[in-house]
Amino acid sequence: MKSDLELYDYWPYENRPKIVWPNGARVALWVAPNIEFYEINPPANPQRAAWSRPHPDVLTYASRDYGNRAGHWRLMDVMDKYKIRGSVSLNVALIDHHPEIIEACTERNWEFFSHGIYNTRYSYEMDEAQERAVMEDSIDSVLKATGQRIAGYLAPALTHTERTMDLLAEYGFLYTCDLFHDDQPQPVNVKRGKLISMPYSLEINDIIVYNSYLATPRRYCQMIKDQFDQLYAEGAESGTVMCLPLHAYAVGHPHRIAAFEETLDYISGKEGVWITTAREIAEYYMENYYETCHADIQARKGK
Amino acid sequence: MALPKDYLDYPERHQGMDHGLYDWSILPRRKPVTWPHGARIALWISTNLEFFPLDQPAKPFKAPGGMVTPYPDLRHFTTRDYGNRLGIQRIWRVLSRHKIKSSAVINSKLAERYPYLVRKINERGDEIIAGGVDMGKLHYGGMDDATEADLVTESVNTLRRMSGQAVRGWMSPGKSESWNTLTHLKRAGIEYCCDWGNDDMPFPLKTSAGNLWAMPHTSEISDRKIIVENHHTEDEFIEQIKDQFNALYNESQKYGGRILSISLIPHVMGMHYRVKYLDQALAWIMSQKDVWAATGSEILDAFNASAKSP
Repeated sequence: MKSDLELYDYWPYENRPKIVWPNGARVALWVAPNIEFYEINPPANPQRAAWSRPHPDVLTYASRDYGNRAGHWRLMDVMDKYKIRGSVSLNVALIDHHPEIIEACTERNWEFFSHGIYNTRYSYEMDEAQERAVMEDSIDSVLKATGQRIAGYLAPALTHTERTMDLLAEYGFLYTCDLFHDDQPQPVNVKRGKLISMPYSLEINDIIVYNSYLATPRRYCQMIKDQFDQLYAEGAESGTVMCLPLHAYAVGHPHRIAAFEETLDYISGKEGVWITTAREIAEYYMENYYETCHADIQARKGK
Repeated sequence: MALPKDYLDYPERHQGMDHGLYDWSILPRRKPVTWPHGARIALWISTNLEFFPLDQPAKPFKAPGGMVTPYPDLRHFTTRDYGNRLGIQRIWRVLSRHKIKSSAVINSKLAERYPYLVRKINERGDEIIAGGVDMGKLHYGGMDDATEADLVTESVNTLRRMSGQAVRGWMSPGKSESWNTLTHLKRAGIEYCCDWGNDDMPFPLKTSAGNLWAMPHTSEISDRKIIVENHHTEDEFIEQIKDQFNALYNESQKYGGRILSISLIPHVMGMHYRVKYLDQALAWIMSQKDVWAATGSEILDAFNASAKSP
């Protein structure tokens, strides 16, 4: 083990090159429904048990399945109402299990990126061939099902190895959602190629808000509005990125959907917000800011 | 240490579920259901009447809501008993005030300890749902099959004998099942199971002995989840009930009748300082249009009648 994988450099949040998003927007906002499949009887990983109870863990398995049967469709209705496209964090095996969900997202021109094959297969202790197999399976399966060449990655259940980022760059991914060190994209230090970190969130992530912070739906809504206001203000100095990570099995419950709708209502009513997908943010950044930011980071390194 | 070579084999990667317990089905794509009296919301109140033995075993895990401190945990034991003595009476009075019939999920051991509760449930015209033997007798993957069959039989037979009710519904202690629980339930003549929280409406569960129904008993709109686990206030509990109602009511316009399931624990919602908020919540619900308060069995019967209609 290492004390730091040195995936990125320290970069003060001051006097950075000014990012301006398309049409002068101050905040680039993307919405990330995690569409997940948790297996009822997955093989054991020595580092992490998939379920806390003996298999079948009916209570928790059912709570996850709720998202696909019921919650997703409710969530998608609300996103349709505000004409917001999702950037789907996809457990790729769901293409096989629930093709109807993939079709519905594809019809809406949503983006897909990989969130591993299942949320119950962890990267811990994978050898390089296994980790490559997950990435290749992700690229091939999504391409075959949707015609999209995926550009992003959020490791399955946020489980990583030391080589994850290098492999992503090698396979031509543009962005990783696995790093939480910033509210702007930043170049990731990889052996070959180019990769950026895409701000995701483990704060206003519905799972964290509801299951860790144990918040009420109104508090969920307030946190998102407050975060948005702060990033909107800071975005005048240099454009920020805000991600709204979702899980239909959390935010898609009837008692939470009104609060979710209120957040979209608030955000979509603002001027100067680029509501888009992660891929479009990554491409725009790569095209316009990667080199400038990379040079600035290098110039300030160690100072 | 490396993972085994077959860690990335996916034998269940195919259309549908990764098991044979039920089929994949999309909630908003089903035939709309109609409820009696033109109702759009079937209100299903259920209470949990539980016996947590003082020597509640920790293997394979402890069902939530039970003993916490080292033995003898009189603190939690007596608090739970408070619910079965005083709390449930307060809840029943509130339900009666609003003319709401409910379903009582009861452990057969509790029925034997306090036969009064069974008589009272019958007097009220409420439904009994078998809740297993007690909260220390879990059903879980890997358990002995004959032992499980005995637990199901003991619970169901005891409750049928004591109540004279058909006892059509079942909830496993802690909503925990083995791979064979559903088969044992079907063999015992159980028609519906409350363990599966993956849907808002009934759906078929499959066993080698035939199908039974999953009923959408909530783990979300429950005092256990919202008040005990999430530490929300009583007002916030009511707000979430209202949001739940409104969302389901709006959807019922397009997708057909929906079920508002509310789950109550007597030692939580039946506390002196809390029960008036239950009164407020139910007063609000019963003042809304198109609400039909019913038991689990009544809702399932109406669901099946609606499904058979053209």
